[in-house]
Amino acid sequence: MLKISNLHAGIENNEILKGINLEVKAGEVHAIMGPNGSGKSTLASVIAGKEEYEVTEGSVVLEGENLEDSSPEERAHKGIFLSFQYPVEIPGVSVTNFMKTAINEGRKAKGLDDMPAKDMLKMIREKAELLEIDRKFLSRSLNEGFSGGEKKRNEIFQMAMLEPKLAILDETDSGLDIDALRIVANGVNKLKNKDNAVIVITHYQRLLDYIVPDFVHVLHQGKIVKSGTKDLAHELEEKGYDWLKQETAV
Amino acid sequence: MDLKDKLISSFMAFENKIDVEHPVHDIRSEAFKNFEEKGFPTKKEEAWKYTSLKSLQKIDFSIFPKEVNALENKQVKKYFLQEIDTYKIVFVDGIYSSFLSETTHDGVDICLMSAALTKPMYKQYIDVYFNKVASKEDSLTTLNTAFSREGAFIYIPKNKMPKKPVEIVHFSTGNEASLMIQPRNLIIAEENAELQVIERHQSLTTNEVLTNVVTEIFAAENAIIDYYKIQNDAKTASLIDNTYINQKSNSVVKVHTFSFGGKLTRNNLNFYQNGEHIDSTMKGITILGDKQHVDHHTLVHHIEPNCESHQDYKGVYGENSTGVFNGKIIVDKIAQKTNAFQQNNNILISDKATINTKPQLEIFADDVKCSHGCTIGQLDEDALFYLQSRGIPKKEARALLMYAFANNVLESVRISELKTSINRLIAEKLGVRLGFDL
Repeated sequence: MLKISNLHAGIENNEILKGINLEVKAGEVHAIMGPNGSGKSTLASVIAGKEEYEVTEGSVVLEGENLEDSSPEERAHKGIFLSFQYPVEIPGVSVTNFMKTAINEGRKAKGLDDMPAKDMLKMIREKAELLEIDRKFLSRSLNEGFSGGEKKRNEIFQMAMLEPKLAILDETDSGLDIDALRIVANGVNKLKNKDNAVIVITHYQRLLDYIVPDFVHVLHQGKIVKSGTKDLAHELEEKGYDWLKQETAV
Repeated sequence: MDLKDKLISSFMAFENKIDVEHPVHDIRSEAFKNFEEKGFPTKKEEAWKYTSLKSLQKIDFSIFPKEVNALENKQVKKYFLQEIDTYKIVFVDGIYSSFLSETTHDGVDICLMSAALTKPMYKQYIDVYFNKVASKEDSLTTLNTAFSREGAFIYIPKNKMPKKPVEIVHFSTGNEASLMIQPRNLIIAEENAELQVIERHQSLTTNEVLTNVVTEIFAAENAIIDYYKIQNDAKTASLIDNTYINQKSNSVVKVHTFSFGGKLTRNNLNFYQNGEHIDSTMKGITILGDKQHVDHHTLVHHIEPNCESHQDYKGVYGENSTGVFNGKIIVDKIAQKTNAFQQNNNILISDKATINTKPQLEIFADDVKCSHGCTIGQLDEDALFYLQSRGIPKKEARALLMYAFANNVLESVRISELKTSINRLIAEKLGVRLGFDL
């Protein structure tokens, strides 16, 4: 589904990603771990098409199509979703209205008419239930005054609504207590199927107890320095990242 | 002949049409003298530093429209609130249109200035209120006073509230190549009365229009007035709005100004707090493009202790547009425990757009809370990326962010149909379908 080859990218002549290779197949869950500053969030932003980052070498290919010239919205229409570490507050636009806009813009891009209001409401209700979201929450302004947990849950709700092929969860576990973590992870697991894929970006192993990865990659200084199964995550949890740094330094 | 000379020579013709024996005419003559002496303000005056009336003065405006111009209801329907019923005081080229209006004398008076100025039954109100809060020094205000004859007159007696909001709408038909109109409004809410007013000026063609309007508002003890100004006129129409508000104890007056249209707009909004525990609120959303120019000058004069004032103006400036915000707050020495807040936030979405913003605080009391803040910025790139990553195209995403930026100003709009209609105007102005029923 997603093939990243020799990806180099940076911001203002400062190279952050230094040759990433990663292949994600439909039905798989990949975890990307690594110490702070290793380039995890940059990788997420580059896949989603953030314009500040310049790709200097290599490619990101989704289902055979090079995304090089695609804007963030085009990537979204092609099925990429990024759950933000810090979702932005949009006063005056309710969660419901925001989702209506996003979904109908996606449909417009595919040449479809707006989703009938009745279907939209039904879908919103179903997905809200999945994430144990209160209906009152849906009429609040997007992310405005939301707690950390509410913001993250709302991100996964958006993911549920947009039904992406590839979802990237950037530090979705940060700021979540154990109950919120469980709800968010359950939501992701229920949305997971053989046709879509998930990349979980996290600093800690904790989330991976709930969203069990098929593969774990360790990112360090802009490169994937180690790949393995979920056991690698446990190993990291026990030993920290220092041993890796030493190992790669050799 | 420039506009000043033309106005001076027109005054005599004007006197032929009215009752010069009426006591109000002394007020007019006094005012005329002031204008004759001062003329139009120039950029040399501090208050007019960023707004030039020079090019307007070169236009050969008709001072008196030639005839009554009839308009069909369907031509102008969209300029009124659709979903709810309202009282309407409607003028076409400065002349009252009974056909388009819906006035009342049922417990409250929602009618015409011309009636108030001539009929004996209104003399008591004219004597007490007419030209009592409006400036006798400001040249444009006195110009309006000199020619004052027509406009809206609203009188709400003690403990009364009209059944529905009042819309004051001025249409210009383009029947004159260029037309100057000077409406004069007088609005009185007695003790414990309540009132909602929507004022709009609308040119129906691209002919030049210059409106110099004066509105005097009196809010007695415990009165509540919501006043909404919709400034979405054609790009060949200019507006000078002079509004003077006199508030007594415990009254609450809110003025919202939505400036989206017009060529040159100048708002002079003046609040005088003559009592205690008064609440004065002025809010505005300005969204401009093209070569549009809007200048907001606000004044709040805290004369007595224990009062509040709140100002919140948001501006979005594109293309070659220019904006001005000048907010003056005066706190007299005896006006202790005053709370005065002022906020002016602006977004420039073009390199060629300009905003001049200036708070002006004159505080003579020592136990007060006054705050002011102004910001000028661009749209947040991270927020833009967030919306785009959800599949919302850049143009719509930008519009959504501008909408969100201006949104809190709309929270205090208490007529929900009006809020919807303003939201539509904003979407239209930003050139997007915001994708949902606003």
